[in-house]
Amino acid sequence: MTGAALAAAGRSGLLRPRRDRVLPWLIFLAFALLPLLASLLAEQYLVDLVTRVMIFAVAAVALDLLVGYAGLISFGHAAFVGLGAYAVGILSAHGIEDALVSLPVAIAVSMLFAWLTGIVCLRTKGAYFIMITLAFGQMVYFIATSLAPYGGDNGLTIAARNTVAGFSLLKSDRAFYYVTLVCLLGTYLFCRVLVASRFGRVLRGTKENAARMATIGFTVRRFQLIAYVISGGLGGLSGFLLANSTEFVSPAFMSWQRSGELIVMVILGGVGTLDGAIIGTAAYLAAEEWLSGMVENWQVIFGPLLVLVVLFARGGLIGLASRLWRRLGHA
Amino acid sequence: MTGTLFLVQVLNGLQLGVLLFLIAAGLTLVFGVMDFINLAHGVQYMLGAYLAVAFYGVVGNFLAALVLALIAALAFGLLLEFLVFRHLYDRDHLDQVIATFGVILFLNHAVRVIWGAAPLTLPVPDGFTGSVVLMGGLLYPVWRLVIIASGLAVAAGLYGLVTFTRIGMLVRAGATNSRMVSALGINIRRLFMIVFGFGTMLAGFAGIMIAPIISVEPGMGDNILILAFVVIVIGGIGSIRGAFIAALLIGLVDTLGRSFSIDILRLMMGPSPARMAGPAIASMLIYVLMAVVLYLRPAGLFPTRGR
Repeated sequence: MTGAALAAAGRSGLLRPRRDRVLPWLIFLAFALLPLLASLLAEQYLVDLVTRVMIFAVAAVALDLLVGYAGLISFGHAAFVGLGAYAVGILSAHGIEDALVSLPVAIAVSMLFAWLTGIVCLRTKGAYFIMITLAFGQMVYFIATSLAPYGGDNGLTIAARNTVAGFSLLKSDRAFYYVTLVCLLGTYLFCRVLVASRFGRVLRGTKENAARMATIGFTVRRFQLIAYVISGGLGGLSGFLLANSTEFVSPAFMSWQRSGELIVMVILGGVGTLDGAIIGTAAYLAAEEWLSGMVENWQVIFGPLLVLVVLFARGGLIGLASRLWRRLGHA
Repeated sequence: MTGTLFLVQVLNGLQLGVLLFLIAAGLTLVFGVMDFINLAHGVQYMLGAYLAVAFYGVVGNFLAALVLALIAALAFGLLLEFLVFRHLYDRDHLDQVIATFGVILFLNHAVRVIWGAAPLTLPVPDGFTGSVVLMGGLLYPVWRLVIIASGLAVAAGLYGLVTFTRIGMLVRAGATNSRMVSALGINIRRLFMIVFGFGTMLAGFAGIMIAPIISVEPGMGDNILILAFVVIVIGGIGSIRGAFIAALLIGLVDTLGRSFSIDILRLMMGPSPARMAGPAIASMLIYVLMAVVLYLRPAGLFPTRGR
């Protein structure tokens, strides 16, 4: 077996060591217990920070589905987050403030946009795909800046968080935290099941060698398009959470820098693992939070760290951790 | 009146176009020959501008500052190549993206630490200040004409270099199939370094030339980098000719779109929706253009590779 095939077998679970099955449990256990820890330490900002981490992790896991499993590097993923957020904001501006309406709309709008643009984007490959997804992301960004009735450049303040079937379930930060956690867990499990399914295996096949999959008889583009639409819809979910969390939407949510950050989060943690997307998001946002508290220009430290991670930690933080694990004699 | 305004905007578009070409030329060669996505190319442009300001402060002469800044930009680019980029050529695009993104973060904020966050300015060189009268009583800043002329001169020189010299032949061959070039006994690493250094210098040159007419500030390379990527993707990655045509196209479409979108929209709708939609549509134009080009020609206008 070639190295790539071995790696694929490892990812699919055939050769996967137990540790990998423990990691997601650890991640979600930590998330579940964090509010307790925060109130013990009286560090309430931790809850806000980790809520943010989980919201972006939803989008990052969705992006990893594309980048890590389909080999499609989308440089416009912030657009889906933004569309979801704007769906909440615009509905709320018209007095529709229930999540039973805004959540399906947020996801549907993102999926529709993903479907329409996916048809065009998937004609291209490699770097051209990166750039055409950027192009569509930028188009949505500039449309949002021109929406004068909904704040234009300045963004739109949302009067209150969405209600759920009339109950103000999301009002307390603690409750919102757990709703976000459930969304992330749902996203994670959904993607985990998806990549292990026949669909996921075909998708990985198209990443390894699209021509071969086409020769076997798969309509490669259709599989890629479905993955793109699913990923877009999950981006919309992240946007729904983001709008409710900040009670504010702005075109800045979908600037290309945001799309770039999402890619960095996925790669930093480790591509094609789903766990890595969550860890990368947490590491990125935590580094931003703590380094910016220490030094004004925290990027002067963070930038070289990124370079070092790439040069010396192949496979991101997950890859680094598993090599350390092996060196300690556990494999 | 409108004719004059149109001509001024065409010249502005050309000026943006040649500026984009100077940056895109290096980017497309580095990408085409080395298959290396260098996001840090935009900060080389920023660095050129900062170095020009810094050296001007020391020597007080634009020409000397230009030469010194070019040398420094080249040296710094080669240093980065040696320290970081060299280790990334064999990696996949994702690794290159994240590492060069790290370099951007570092440099954008390092200039902030060194020179402060406030924008800096560089005076227009003596003898090139003020405006000239073109035909029809049209006033146009001399320095912008100098930028256009020098950009076109560089383009012509580059065309000659790539078309008629041995190194240019190797570069073209490298953009088409770098493995084959290597198999034929060419030291591809050295070729990479030459191409990289040259591209860095061109981006630095663009930054130096534009410095007198814009404010030099941290992050000024970020948006121009995205435009440069749009240019090389429309032109076809690795193609200098494609980069040149696409750069002028993008420069003109963007500039003319921004100046006339509201007027054109007013023909179709009321003045207030036109004022609202105009700027957004103008900003979107180049991306729409790119999406259409890639839809019709998925490998750009002048594809260099057969794949």
